Amino acid sequence: MSRSAHTGITLGGKGETHHANAEQDLFGFWVFLMSDAVIFALLFATYGAMLGGTAGGPTPRDLYELKPTLIETALLLISSFTWAMASVSLKYGDTRTRVLGWMGATLILGLVFLSMETHDFATMFAKGAYPARSGFLSAFFALVPLHGLHVLAGCVWIIVMGVQVIMMGLDDRTKTNMLRLGLFWHFLDIVWIAIFSTVYLQGLAP
Amino acid sequence: MSEPVLPALLGRFEWHDLPFVRAWENPNVSEIIGAGAGGLVIFGALAVAALLTVTGRWRWLWSEWLTSLDHKKIGIMYVVLAFVMLSRALIEAVLMRMQQAAAVQQPGFLSDEHFAQLFSTHGSIMIFFMAMPFLTGIINYIVPLQIGARDMAFPWANSVGLALTAGGAGLMMVSLVAGQFSTGGWSGYPPYTGLAFSPDVGPDYWIWAVSLGSLGSTIAGINIAVTIYKLRCPGMTFMRLPMFCWTSLCTAILMIFAMPPLTVATALLALDRYLGFHFFTNDLGGNMMNFANLFWLFGHPEVYILILPAFGVYSEVVSAFSTKSLYGYTSLVIATMAIAVLSFTVWVHHFFTMGQSANINAVFGIATMTIGIPTGVKIYDWIWTMFRGEVRFTVPMLYALAFMMTFVIGGLTGIVLAIPPLDYVFHNTLFLVAHFHNMLIPGMLYGMLAAYTYWFPKAFGFRLNERWGRIACGCWVVGFYLAFMPLYVLGASGMARRTAEIFEPDFRPWLYVAGVGAFVLLAALGSLFVQLGVSIRDRATTRVTAGDPWDGRALEWSTSAPPPEYNFAVLPVVNRRDEFYEAKRDANPFAPPARYDLIEVPRESALGPAIGLAAAACCFGLVWHMWWLAGLGLTGVAAALIGRSFVRDTRRIIPAVEIEATERRWLTTVHEHRPIPRRLERTPVNRGVAEATPR
Repeated sequence: MSRSAHTGITLGGKGETHHANAEQDLFGFWVFLMSDAVIFALLFATYGAMLGGTAGGPTPRDLYELKPTLIETALLLISSFTWAMASVSLKYGDTRTRVLGWMGATLILGLVFLSMETHDFATMFAKGAYPARSGFLSAFFALVPLHGLHVLAGCVWIIVMGVQVIMMGLDDRTKTNMLRLGLFWHFLDIVWIAIFSTVYLQGLAP
Repeated sequence: MSEPVLPALLGRFEWHDLPFVRAWENPNVSEIIGAGAGGLVIFGALAVAALLTVTGRWRWLWSEWLTSLDHKKIGIMYVVLAFVMLSRALIEAVLMRMQQAAAVQQPGFLSDEHFAQLFSTHGSIMIFFMAMPFLTGIINYIVPLQIGARDMAFPWANSVGLALTAGGAGLMMVSLVAGQFSTGGWSGYPPYTGLAFSPDVGPDYWIWAVSLGSLGSTIAGINIAVTIYKLRCPGMTFMRLPMFCWTSLCTAILMIFAMPPLTVATALLALDRYLGFHFFTNDLGGNMMNFANLFWLFGHPEVYILILPAFGVYSEVVSAFSTKSLYGYTSLVIATMAIAVLSFTVWVHHFFTMGQSANINAVFGIATMTIGIPTGVKIYDWIWTMFRGEVRFTVPMLYALAFMMTFVIGGLTGIVLAIPPLDYVFHNTLFLVAHFHNMLIPGMLYGMLAAYTYWFPKAFGFRLNERWGRIACGCWVVGFYLAFMPLYVLGASGMARRTAEIFEPDFRPWLYVAGVGAFVLLAALGSLFVQLGVSIRDRATTRVTAGDPWDGRALEWSTSAPPPEYNFAVLPVVNRRDEFYEAKRDANPFAPPARYDLIEVPRESALGPAIGLAAAACCFGLVWHMWWLAGLGLTGVAAALIGRSFVRDTRRIIPAVEIEATERRWLTTVHEHRPIPRRLERTPVNRGVAEATPR
């Protein structure tokens, strides 16, 4: 049986795998993400099914704004790029400072995203659009903030990994966890793209 | 009495929530039974604690078991949990049968509320805390051994999965002592389980217990799938996997994709109940149909999660006790995969009557009937495996035979229910109850009991008592027919399910027969416990330390019984299907290796049980609106997860010398004992060395 490692999990610059368990660890995380993707898929389906259930309350057109969500999209996409740079630094054995720098940039982008999103929600609340108002808003506030919670978890995870990089250096376990975190972060990007297109763009479409 | 007690600390708890207080205030049979059950939980917990203290075994329990990351010990703990929960849920079933037999044209002895709680807990426990732990436990124990691995892919996550499942089961038990359980059935349909109709703690217990079980199963599923994909020993290609591994793999895939819908369904219901969302309410745009879709998107694959592992067990058992290799291996693999895929295409048949168009019902009805085809293939494969084999009627084989005959009957009534116009007639009657018990008792319980009997000697080093095993098996089979065949008749005559009181006197004789059946099933469970006791007492005469009592075929039989912590001193190399069986026929499969190397095994971790405890505390806090406890529990879970990522010292080394000593001791045992032919396998001369069958 061939034992070649999957692309993207080589931990060293020359393609060698340092950590014997890296392959199964990362594969397991992929599988976990698939399971998480099912959760999002079902929430998208629920959102679609409840879109009409506005119960005389605010509708998507009354609430969604393109500008902030477009900026949020940009923030997340750039954060995926900065994380990719962190991965590259990790792989090619750059200094710890540089790895930490890219991680910090990603963290800041994530936090700005979260604060903008919180602001969006606050604006909606101010317009009387809170989850208990209607089925449509219930579905919205189950789907979009769940993504936000994931981003929050990702930010906490970046901080935890930053501490580990400082405390323990770039050992195999730190590296494997960094790779997992990277998968998680990019996955959130993909989910956001789906939210942006099916929730916001569709809601604003004439 | 109906004022909250210390609301800041105890949330919405009132004295009236204690069943003892209720029984004191209103001493009728129903309340006294409730108080007795609550008392039994407390007494049971105290008795176990006292026993551990008297025997000085607390430390042993903690360091040898609860914190262990050994897949074999985790597997055994899962099965122990399953037996505890089986006992409770079976007693509840007997109570329900008694109530219905007593309540023809009179109220019976249980209040309607109590009866509704009984059918809700019975179903929830049997599915989430009996069946799921049982099969997860057996898979945990057997799969790494069968694929030639030293452990599961994620030993720590394995322990977390067990702890979460046990936490959910604990919540079910606590609901007997504090408050009451949901009255909304195991499927918990809103809007009835929503805040408007059930403001009490019952549905919250259901939501959080089920969510914990669901999370635990998702983790278990990921772990099992990755283990089978990534940890197979050299040469163990997919088409050489033992059939049990194949069915385990399909079960794991189903868990990964089918547990999330359940998590979503319970989470959305929780949002409705806690934060006033409108997913499933009657007003403001809520839509309860969504719940039915989400729940059964989980619920139908769940049926196959329960049944596929048993199919794997039967494949192993039928082959081993027919002294033949499995007939139609490839077709069985394809059938298993086909069932796994089709299981996602039939969920609407659980609510044909909910008002979707006839065309949709027709599509799902046909998809449902299609599943009968791969299942039929399997039945024929097992029959052909037995054909011209030297069939030995051991206890696991008896379960397998009882399964094949009984399951086919259940399948036929399933076809009846799959026809939408007929389903309109049978919907919500006892016919349905009879049907799914007819699938799950032979298709799940018999399978797991066969697995328990078949692999028990591997796990503990001695065989189970044959006579009591037969008595138990006989009772399970006779009890099943007595308890459930009458329900077909009653259902076809129009008796609705979940009724606490019956107004048709003609139903009485059938209900009596079903009641007798329930007692026979209880006797079956009792026989299992007697069997365990007798087997432990007589273990000196049934020891099979050498490890191969049944002339086994797959790799799990090539180790000592019980296997060492590291499973294999040297990872095996596989060249064909049934490697160990063929190796026995070729030459000596027990040749000592040229040299022994040290082996790394996962080090014990207290964080798994800590997460289970914290998660259960969080959920208990949520049920009772004790927000401080919920917050504390959640913080505990997060802290444990983060803390774990800082741990570097996760592995423990077993030195080569120790391995060599263990292996030599075992090989001496193997060579000391006479290989015995199959006709002597149930006698004391069977010490776990099998005489190879000539080609």
